[in-house]
Formats: sequence, C-alpha cells, structure tokens
Amino acid sequence: MTIALEPAVQEPAAQGDRVSLLRVLGPAHVWALGVGIVLVGEFTGWNFAADKGGALAALIVCWVVGLLYTSVAMIDSEVTSTVAAAGGQYAQAKHIVGPLMAFNVALFLVFAYTMLEVSDAILLGDTIVAKAGVEGLNHNAFIAATIVVLAWLNYRGVLMTLNVNFVITALAYVSIVILFFSVSPWTQGAVLKLNELVTPGNALPYGWIGVIAAFQFGIWYYLGIEGTTQAAEEVRSPARSLPYGTMAGMITLLIAAAMTWYVCASMMPWEYLGTTYYPLWDAAKLTGSPLLENLLFIATLLAALASANGCINDAARAWFSLGRDRYLPSWFAAVHPRYRTPYRSILFLLPIALAFAFIADLNQAITFSILSGVLQYTFMSINIIMFRKKWPLGSIRRGYTHPFHPLPAIVLFCLCVVTFFAIFLGFGSQLIAMVAFYFLISLWFHFYRYKFVRRGAQFTMPWPKPQGY
Amino acid sequence: MSRYTPPEQSKAGQVFDIAVVVVAIFVALWLPLKLGLAGAAKSIDALDAKTWEALGQNATMASIWEKLGYTPETAHDIIQNRFHYVIDWPTLIIMAAVLIGYFVFLFRASDREYRDVINEKFDDK
Repeated sequence: MTIALEPAVQEPAAQGDRVSLLRVLGPAHVWALGVGIVLVGEFTGWNFAADKGGALAALIVCWVVGLLYTSVAMIDSEVTSTVAAAGGQYAQAKHIVGPLMAFNVALFLVFAYTMLEVSDAILLGDTIVAKAGVEGLNHNAFIAATIVVLAWLNYRGVLMTLNVNFVITALAYVSIVILFFSVSPWTQGAVLKLNELVTPGNALPYGWIGVIAAFQFGIWYYLGIEGTTQAAEEVRSPARSLPYGTMAGMITLLIAAAMTWYVCASMMPWEYLGTTYYPLWDAAKLTGSPLLENLLFIATLLAALASANGCINDAARAWFSLGRDRYLPSWFAAVHPRYRTPYRSILFLLPIALAFAFIADLNQAITFSILSGVLQYTFMSINIIMFRKKWPLGSIRRGYTHPFHPLPAIVLFCLCVVTFFAIFLGFGSQLIAMVAFYFLISLWFHFYRYKFVRRGAQFTMPWPKPQGY
Repeated sequence: MSRYTPPEQSKAGQVFDIAVVVVAIFVALWLPLKLGLAGAAKSIDALDAKTWEALGQNATMASIWEKLGYTPETAHDIIQNRFHYVIDWPTLIIMAAVLIGYFVFLFRASDREYRDVINEKFDDK
C-alpha cells in the first residue's frame, strides 16, 4: 500500500518530525490495499486447511472464517471511519483502550505483516525454483532478492506503489477468473471431478475436529483485509471510502476463495492439495494448457510481490508510529529527508524478515502471521464494545455505524476462541511462546519504557471525555 | 493534574532498548523453531502394500497423482502423513491460562495508563 510521508514543515525531516499524509485515495484504492495484501492467500496457504481437515473442511472454514472477517470488516469500518488516524488498529487502541494495548496491537500488526512478507518471499522463491526445474537450485537467492529489492523500493518512496499494486492485484485476480471459466465450472466430469475426488469417505478424514483444526489456515483466505484501515488518513472521505472499499474487498475475496476451492478441490486429491505450495498453479498444470500454466505461474509471482510490497510498507508504518509516539526509541521515527519514507523502520525490519525467510518454512511463517492476526482480532471484538460504551451513538460523529451491534463482536470473539483452539491442535507451543513474548515485552513497556511517553498528547481526536472517566 | 514531562532518552539508552526488542523478537520466534517445537504433530502411518488401492485412491485420484508425476511408492509418504489429534488437557489449560492472563493484564494495565492520558488531556481544558 502507499503511505506518502510528507513533513508538515518543508525542511529536511529530522528525527521525530511530525508528518502528515496526503488525502488522495478513494474506495477503489482502499479495495486495492486490502485485496492486494490478501489475494496471495488464494495462491498458497489456504490449502493447508485441507491438510488439517480434508477438502470439505477447507470449504467450511472458507465460509465460516469469511463470517469472521465480515465481522472484522464491519467493526473496523465503524471504528476507523471515526478514528481517522494513520496506524489503523494501533490508533484505535490508543484512543479507546490505552497505551499498552496500542503498543501490543502495533506489534501484532508488525509481526502479522512481516511474517506475511516472509511467506510471500518463500512462495516466490519456491515457485521460481519449481518452474526452473534445475537440480540443486536454491530458493534463498530469490527470497533475498525479493525482500531486499522491495525494501529498497519502499525506502526510495512509494508514491506509485499503490497504482502498481492495483494493476498487479487486478491481473492476479483476473487469472483466477480465467482459470475458473477455462475448466467449464458448469460441467462435472470433463475437467472437474469433484464427485470422484471429494467422496463421503474422504470429505472429512478427521471428522469434525479436523474442521476445527482447519480454522488455523482458513484464516489465510482473508488475512490482511484489515490493512485497509492503515490508509485512514489518506482517503479523501473516510466515512464513505473505508466501509465501501473494505466490504467490496471482502466480497471480492469471498468470491475468489469460493472459485479457488471449487477448482482446486475438483482437480486434486485432498492429500496433495493439502501439502502443495501452489494449488492454483498446479490446477492450471493439470488442465494441460501451457497458456494457463504460464498465466498462473506469473499470477502467483505477481500476487506474492503485491502482497510483500504492501506488507513491507504497512509493517514499517506501524513500527514508525511506535517510534513517533516514543513507545519505542524515537530513532525509528525519522523520515528520510529526500524520499519522505520511514526509512529506519524499513531498514530495521529488513534483516528480521530475511532471517525468518531463511530459517522458517512456509507453513511456520504463515502460522506466525496468523497468530498475530488472531490476537489482533480478539482485541478488535472487545475494542468495539468499549468504543460504543465510552462514546455511545450520538455522542460523537461516526463516519459509519455498523448494524446488529454487538452481534458481530460476539461472533468475532467466539470464532477467535475456536481459532486459538485450532492453533493449539497443531502449533500450541508456538502460540504459548508468542504470547509469552508479548507478555514479557508488555511488562518491559509498562514498567520501564512508558516513562518516556508523553501522556495527554497521545490523545489526538477531537472527542469529548469518554464516559466513565 | 500536572502535566507529565518524560525524560529525554540518551542515545546509548535507545540503542540498548532496540537491542532488547531485537533479542526478544528472535527468542520468541526463533527459539520454537530451533527447539523443534514449531510445526504440527504429523506422522507417517506406513503401509506395507504400496498400491493406489491400499492408499485409498480411486482410479480418478490415481490418474491425477500419476499426472503429477507420482507413483504409489513416492505418493505413500504424502498420503499417509497424517495428523493425530489428541487433546492434551494440561497443555490446553496452560495455553488458555496464558492467553486469559495476558489479555487481563493488557486491559487492566492499559486502563491505568489510559486514565492518566484522559486526566491530563481533559483536565487541561
């Protein structure tokens, strides 16, 4: 995504300069922000849900996790169209819950996006190696090149990135639609053989516990759609653009996810589907059409690039915000004097992404990202309740008011609990290790780091005093 | 309420804090990988007879495996590599306690900090 940093004072930006963002984006850009980061999930990752519970489980979680993300989009649209500040959920937490929660939410964002970037780079490297088919060719060089070149692009300025990402995302999306219609989806037996591949005997090989377990990777269908809120200060009309763009993005992704599942589950046995790194590319190969095979190969690379590019930018933006508010050393808050980018944050996160791209495999990196994402969604379900309580309807001007409150919050919270249980079924140690990390770093922040933070200056919204305070 | 003036942090202090964060990140993310704690509990349920029928693959499935370049022998470890879902209750209880404790601490400590923010912000007016 594009985040244009422009110092309010036209002088070389020095450490800690205040910055303002350009309001240039409309609903289509918001759509591109969300879908650009997420669409790679259709090209890899979602299919690991089939490994955990079978092909039918992958479809069930596609719908149910779609409900989780619809709740996320509804809640996010209301809060962000009201807290129109850069940093998305970080700014929300700062104004609604408190500094420590904001610090944690920013870390959730940084880890979710950095590990998503790592996953993108691994996918890109593996796809190129698989296409080359040269024995002994290692993916590390491609991974390193991807991360370094994209970081360099972000370092140099990203004014054009959003438009480029929009085109890349649209091309990748169109490739899924082309593949879908190329396999005659209205006819079974010719190319698609769903009835013979997903049978009563293998649809749910682990039973319903497999469906629960599949929630873990079902998250990957949509992880990152909440990134649309990062652009809150850049859209011309937050009240209109954010809800429309985010909900349109969700609808787009739900359609893409359904098409992807239908094609892939109708062309591959679930055991293979659950373990391949390139389900859509494999489906294209199985059609026997070189044109489709090459199209989906290129689309896989484009989706990975668009996602990684957006992730680098979003993660660096969240890290930069922590420095700007002094939650982390203000050294990170520097804006490049020439390129107007948060260059120190970009450079700081670069070796972390590289290191984990080399030591983690794809599903481990995806799990790291999912864990931080689910922790964030849990916060969001409680955050909206607190938001409505502290500033009831009518007390402040809301850009958008989501319907059926508190039902979306309850649904979101319950589905987060189910997803935590799903993660426990496969990656419980990682979950405990990550929560232990967040807990220890929170102690460090609360008892030590917070003394460097200004108090009242953190609250920047022109709202009345919250009720109960 | 008097306005709180935070101390200026020295460069050495900033470097130290950055080092703390980096170490914490790597310990949290890298250690589970290093200790082999990351990754799902899968194991191969080996079969003696490695045929498509024994592997539970019908004719359509077998033809797709072959199209993908697999034989029953090479597909065996993929097909028979299965999850064995067992709910380890003590671990589940520990995980739930860690999660609940973490969120309770977050909200309570955040609220204490938030009251200072609100008091300073609105008592100035």
